[in-house]
Amino acid sequence: MNGAHDLGGMHGLGPINAEVDEPVFHHDWERRVLALNLAAGAMGKWNIDVSRHARENQPPAQYLANSYYQTWLVGLEKLLLEAGLVTVDEIANGKSAAPLPDDLAQRVLQADAVEAVLGRGTDYTTDDDIPPEYAIGEQVRVLNNHPTHHTRAPRYVRGKCGVVERQHGVFVFADENAKGPGHRVGQNIYSVRFAAQELWGPDAPAADCVYVDLWDGHLEAAD
Amino acid sequence: MSDSEDHSDPNHSHLSDTDLRVRSLESLLLDKGMVDAAALEALIQNYEHKVGPQNGARVVARAWSDPAYKEWLLRDATAAIADMGYHGRQGEYMYVVENTAAVHNLVVCTLCSCYPWPVLGLPPTWYKSAPYRSRAVMDPRGVLREFGTEVGEDVAVRVWDSTAELRYLVLPEQPEGTEGMSQDELAALVGRNAMIGVEKVAAS
Repeated sequence: MNGAHDLGGMHGLGPINAEVDEPVFHHDWERRVLALNLAAGAMGKWNIDVSRHARENQPPAQYLANSYYQTWLVGLEKLLLEAGLVTVDEIANGKSAAPLPDDLAQRVLQADAVEAVLGRGTDYTTDDDIPPEYAIGEQVRVLNNHPTHHTRAPRYVRGKCGVVERQHGVFVFADENAKGPGHRVGQNIYSVRFAAQELWGPDAPAADCVYVDLWDGHLEAAD
Repeated sequence: MSDSEDHSDPNHSHLSDTDLRVRSLESLLLDKGMVDAAALEALIQNYEHKVGPQNGARVVARAWSDPAYKEWLLRDATAAIADMGYHGRQGEYMYVVENTAAVHNLVVCTLCSCYPWPVLGLPPTWYKSAPYRSRAVMDPRGVLREFGTEVGEDVAVRVWDSTAELRYLVLPEQPEGTEGMSQDELAALVGRNAMIGVEKVAAS
């Protein structure tokens, strides 16, 4: 979706204002939002791409006004509701109206499992034996698609030509995976190098470039 | 998220409404038995106190001190970083890019906030902010100047936009005059911003 999250190349958003000696969290609620997101993920009701879409799928003005942890809060409430794990009334009341089903109760993240779960991470590859469609050094063009659903092809590279720098292997295609269960499709990912002048015009420094990780489904040969 | 909130600085909002909304959601999920209070504390402890840029700094210091490790790190970063004990969530597929006299690398996630958690911890606010995400790809040299970092016209700037599950770490240039230092001394020089690529490492 062409949302406010797709920020590459926008003007007018102001200075960066990096905070010196910034604490990990600025408010206690930020700690809670991070932990609740990670813990609720153990229910297995959504994948990382579904959760990214829940966060980015906000009215642009709201997305830009929210701090990042506010967006994580908005996203988590949406994920919980869409998965049927909680109801609107429960969120409004802050109290549970029905216990967690037994099968989900088995999945609750316990304190003694936290280290192992974080240390293991998630496997985003698939076992599909799909040879890379594009060779290293090959010219490719990013398809000029504007899907209303989640996509990891940023607007600023669409229609632009680049060169395959590296083949990363076969991974879950995020754009499909964001649609939820049953959409886990494997595709090759490539690191594609774009000259800064291809993206931003002749005033960009000639030797500068931007590398973007893109899937087969984002690309076509650019001969 | 509501009219009573202070939007003057969206990245540092002080908001009782959000606070209440989070407390309410936490109460609900605890009440339902979906989350465990001790697990929440363990998650917070991990990212607030255990994992952070000190991990990445140790990787950089080892690479500066050990050419064979550096070669491994640039060839198979995931395995070389796991060898230091850093692996897992948001660092499953690591890629290290090397700064040299001719190349300066910069890492961003224009679409969200992708960041290599096992080696750098959670991202700072500015990394997740609209100003950084919008400009890092279009005006990286301007961004670098904002961090006080000058990169010569003869140096190529390479920006890495983290759009997939690959996570990027910059191997900064080792500052001159630090060749005899121990890995602990070297690691103490290496800050988070240098491993994102917005700064260089200074000799002291």
